[in-house]
Amino acid sequence: MNLPWKHAIVVGASSGIGEAIARRLVRAGCRVALIARRADRLEAICAQLNREAGSEVAIAVGHDVHVHEEIPWLFQNCALRLGGLDAIFYAPGVLPRIAPDEYDTATDVETIQVNLLGAIAWLNQAALRFEKTGRGTIVGIGSIAGDRGRRGNPVYCTSKAALATYLESLRNRLGRRGVKVVTAKPGFIDTEMTHGLTGMIWLISADRAAELILRAARRGRTTAYIPERWRLVGLVVRMIPSFLFRRLNV
Amino acid sequence: MSQLTSEQIAAGEARFILPGENLEVVEGWGGASNSVAYVFRPSTFDEVRSVFELARQSGRTVAFRGAGRSYGDAALNAENAVLDLTRLNRILAWDPAGGTITLEPGVTIRQLWEYVLPHGWWPPVVPGTMYPTLGGCLAMNIHGKNNYREGPIGDHVTEFDLLLPNGDLKRCSRTENVELFDAAVGGFGILGCFTRITLRMKRIYSGLLNVEAITARSLDHMVEIFEQRTAGADYLVGWIDALAGGSHVGRGVIHAANYLAEGADPHPERTLRVESQQLPDRILGILPKSMLWRLMRPFMNNTGVRVVNGLKYHASALLDRGRVVRQSHVEFAFLLDYVPNWKQAYGTGGLIQYQSFIPREHAADVFRRQLVLAQEAGFPPYLAVFKRHRADRFLMTHGVDGYSLALDFRITPRNRRAIWDLAAQLDEIVLASGGRFYFAKDSTLQAQSVEQYLGSDAVERFMRLKRECDPEGILETNLYRRLFGARAGDQILFRGER
Ligand SMILES: Cc1cc2nc3c(=O)[nH]c(=O)nc-3n(C[C@H](O)[C@H](O)[C@H](O)COP(=O)(O)OP(=O)(O)OC[C@H]3O[C@@H](n4cnc5c(N)ncnc54)[C@H](O)[C@@H]3O)c2cc1C
Ligand SMILES: NC(=O)c1ccc[n+]([C@@H]2O[C@H](COP(=O)([O-])OP(=O)(O)OC[C@H]3O[C@@H](n4cnc5c(N)ncnc54)[C@H](OP(=O)(O)O)[C@@H]3O)[C@@H](O)[C@H]2O)c1
Repeated sequence: MNLPWKHAIVVGASSGIGEAIARRLVRAGCRVALIARRADRLEAICAQLNREAGSEVAIAVGHDVHVHEEIPWLFQNCALRLGGLDAIFYAPGVLPRIAPDEYDTATDVETIQVNLLGAIAWLNQAALRFEKTGRGTIVGIGSIAGDRGRRGNPVYCTSKAALATYLESLRNRLGRRGVKVVTAKPGFIDTEMTHGLTGMIWLISADRAAELILRAARRGRTTAYIPERWRLVGLVVRMIPSFLFRRLNV
Repeated sequence: MSQLTSEQIAAGEARFILPGENLEVVEGWGGASNSVAYVFRPSTFDEVRSVFELARQSGRTVAFRGAGRSYGDAALNAENAVLDLTRLNRILAWDPAGGTITLEPGVTIRQLWEYVLPHGWWPPVVPGTMYPTLGGCLAMNIHGKNNYREGPIGDHVTEFDLLLPNGDLKRCSRTENVELFDAAVGGFGILGCFTRITLRMKRIYSGLLNVEAITARSLDHMVEIFEQRTAGADYLVGWIDALAGGSHVGRGVIHAANYLAEGADPHPERTLRVESQQLPDRILGILPKSMLWRLMRPFMNNTGVRVVNGLKYHASALLDRGRVVRQSHVEFAFLLDYVPNWKQAYGTGGLIQYQSFIPREHAADVFRRQLVLAQEAGFPPYLAVFKRHRADRFLMTHGVDGYSLALDFRITPRNRRAIWDLAAQLDEIVLASGGRFYFAKDSTLQAQSVEQYLGSDAVERFMRLKRECDPEGILETNLYRRLFGARAGDQILFRGER
C-alpha cells in the first residue's frame, strides 16, 4: 500500500492491531517508533523489520502509558530519532473480563488509564506539534463498543466513547490547521485481547484491520468502522431508544 | 526546565524537553525541502549563547539561519534548534569617507544598500535578490554578476568575529586566525556564528548604470561574447532560453553593465537617493505587482515557457541591438525581486536550482550537454542564468576560473525522483570537467561528489577546524548531515533523510 507518511509513532505496537500497523508502515517506507511495555517483543519486531529493510527504520521504545511524566520527552525524542513526525497511532487498550455483577473500581480506573488517559497524554503532544506545524495525522483506536453503553463492560464502553469525543474535539480544533484526526472503530479483531471470547461475528485478522485503518487514515476519514459494515450496526444501535435498548441482550 | 549537571547528561538523564510552542515548519527558499524545527529568534548574542546551552543539555544541534534565501536544506535542521538571526540587525559603525561598515549578521543586503547609497557607495558584491542577510551571504560566500572582477563577498571583508558554541569569540582577519577566516567564509554556518562583520563598500558616482543587451545565438556565441566583454564590463549576466534545441542550444540574451564615471551623471544627488532606486509597485501603472505571479502560473509548463522564452529572445534580438539604457542599480541587480513571490508560480511542489561552476575551457561543452540531457529527460529548466567567475582562496569555495549555469527545475511529487536522478547525471559531467558546486543552491548533491570536487585535503582541513571550533558537534544543518554526515561520524546524532 502507498502511504503518505515518512515518520510515525505507534503506541501499543507489541501485539495485535498496533503491531500490524507498525509493520505495514515500515514496509511502505516509513520510519517508525514502536512503543509498548514488552520491550523484548518490540526489539524482536524491530530487528526483523530492520533486517528486511537493510537499515534502521524501526526503533523500539519501552514505555508504560501510565507514566505520563515521561511522555513529552519520549515524544520529542522519537521525533528526533526518526528525523521528523507526520503521524501517530494510539492503540493501547485493555478489555478486562468482568462478571455481570462486578463493580471493581481498581479495574475500572486501570481501563480508563490505558484506554483514555494514556491516549490523551500522548495525543496532546501530537496535537500541540501538529497545530504549530499545520500538518500531521492523528489516529486513535476506539471501538464499536463506544457507540452505546452496554451491559457487558460499562467502563470499557465509557473509555471508548470518551476517546471518540476527545478525538472529535481535537479534530474540531486542528482541522482548520490542516491536521487529520481519525477515529477507528473496530468490530471484532482476532488478537490477544479477544482470545477465548465467544460469539464474535465478522472476525477479521489484525493485519486486515491495520490495512483498513491505514487506508482510512490516508484518506483522512473522520470515523472509520473496521470493517466498514459495522457502520450500519453502529447507526442502528445508536438509534434504538433507551427504553428498548435496556431490554435487549447486548 | 531545571538545570542538569553534565554527569546527569552523560548518564542519559538529560530528559530535557524543548518548548513545543517554538516548533515551526522551516522551508528552503525553493520550497522543495522543509522540516520541522524549534525556532529561536534571539535579539542579543547572550540569547544565542543560551540556545547553545539549551541544545547541549537536551542533546540537540543548532543551525543558523539568516533570511532563509538558500534554495535547499542549508538553513534547515530537522527536529533540532534553528537560530533565526534576523533580529540581530544593527549597523554598528560606518565611515562614509572611507566606505568601511561594521554590521551585525542579520543586516540585509537591502538595509545595507539603503544605508550607504546616499553617501555614494554600493555593496561591492550582491546576489540576485536584496533580502539575504550579511551573515548568510558570508557563510555562503556569495558572488555577484561581477564575480570575474570583484571576487566573492569574502574578498571585501576585512574582519569578523565568530562566536563558537562554547561561547568564545574568535576575531578573524587577514592577519589574525587566517585559516579560520578562509574556512568560515563559505563554511555554511558549521564552524561558528558571525556576530560582527566589517566590510568595504564600492565608491559610485551615480545611482544609475549603463546597461547594454546583446543577443547570443548559441552557447559558443555566448561564451565568445563574455570573453570579449570581461575586460570592459563591470557586470555581465546571461539569460539562456533553456528550451531552445538543436543548433540554438544555449541561445539567449546578455546584459553588460557599467558604472557611470565621475561627472557622467548630471544629477548624482538625485539618482543616489533611495527613493529613486525603488522598483515600481505596479506593472504598466495599473496592475499590482503582487498579482503578477498569478499571471505567470498558467505559463509554468514546458509549452508555456517555450513560448515566453521564444518571445523574449526574439524581442531582444529585434529591439535591443547595441542600445545602451540607463537603469538603477536596484533594477539591474535585483531583477528577481521585481515580481514578488514569483516562485509561487512554480506551484506547491516548489523548485530547485541546479548550479554548477565549470572551468572556462570546458564550460560551453558541459553546459550544452547539461541542457540537452535535461531536455531529453523531459525536464527543461524554466530559468537558466549564466555568469562568469574567478577562482578564490576560500577553503570550501565554489569559485572557478570559468562559468556557472544556474538551472531552475519545477518540482512536483511525480517528477521529484526523476529530477534527482537527472541531477546525479549532470553531477558526473561536472566532476569529470573539474567543476564545482554551491551549497547555497544545492538540494541534490551526494557526499562522495563533494569529497571529489573539494578534494579530500580540503575536506579534512575543514573537518579538523570543525573539531577545534565545535568539539561537541553542536552545529549542524540538514545539508551538513547529508553531505558531511559520514565524515563527522559519531558526532552526528541522527541522520536526517531527504
Ligand atoms: C532569487 C535568489 C537569487 C539569488 N542570487 C544569488 C546570486 O546571484 N549569487 C549568490 O551567490 N547567491 C544567490 N542567491 C543565494 C543567496 O544569496 C544565499 O543563499 C545566501 O546565503 C542567502 O542568505 P540568507 O541570509 O538568506 O541565509 P540562509 O539561507 O538563511 O542561510 C545560509 C547559510 O548561512 C548560514 N548562516 C546564516 N547566518 C549566519 C551567521 N550569522 N553566522 C554563520 N552562519 C550563518 C546558515 O547556517 C546557512 O548555512 C540567491 C537566492 C535567491 C533566492
Ligand atoms: N481486538 C478487538 O476485537 C478490538 C475491537 C475493538 C477495539 N479494539 C482496540 O484495538 C486496540 C488494540 O487492541 P488489540 O486487539 O490489538 O489488543 P492487544 O494485542 O492486546 O494489543 C494491545 C497493545 O496495547 C499495549 N498496551 C497495553 N497496555 C499498555 C500500557 N499500559 N502501556 C503501554 N502499552 C500498553 C500492548 O503492549 P504491552 O502489553 O507490551 O504494553 C499491546 O501492544 C485496543 O485499543 C482495543 O481496545 C480491539
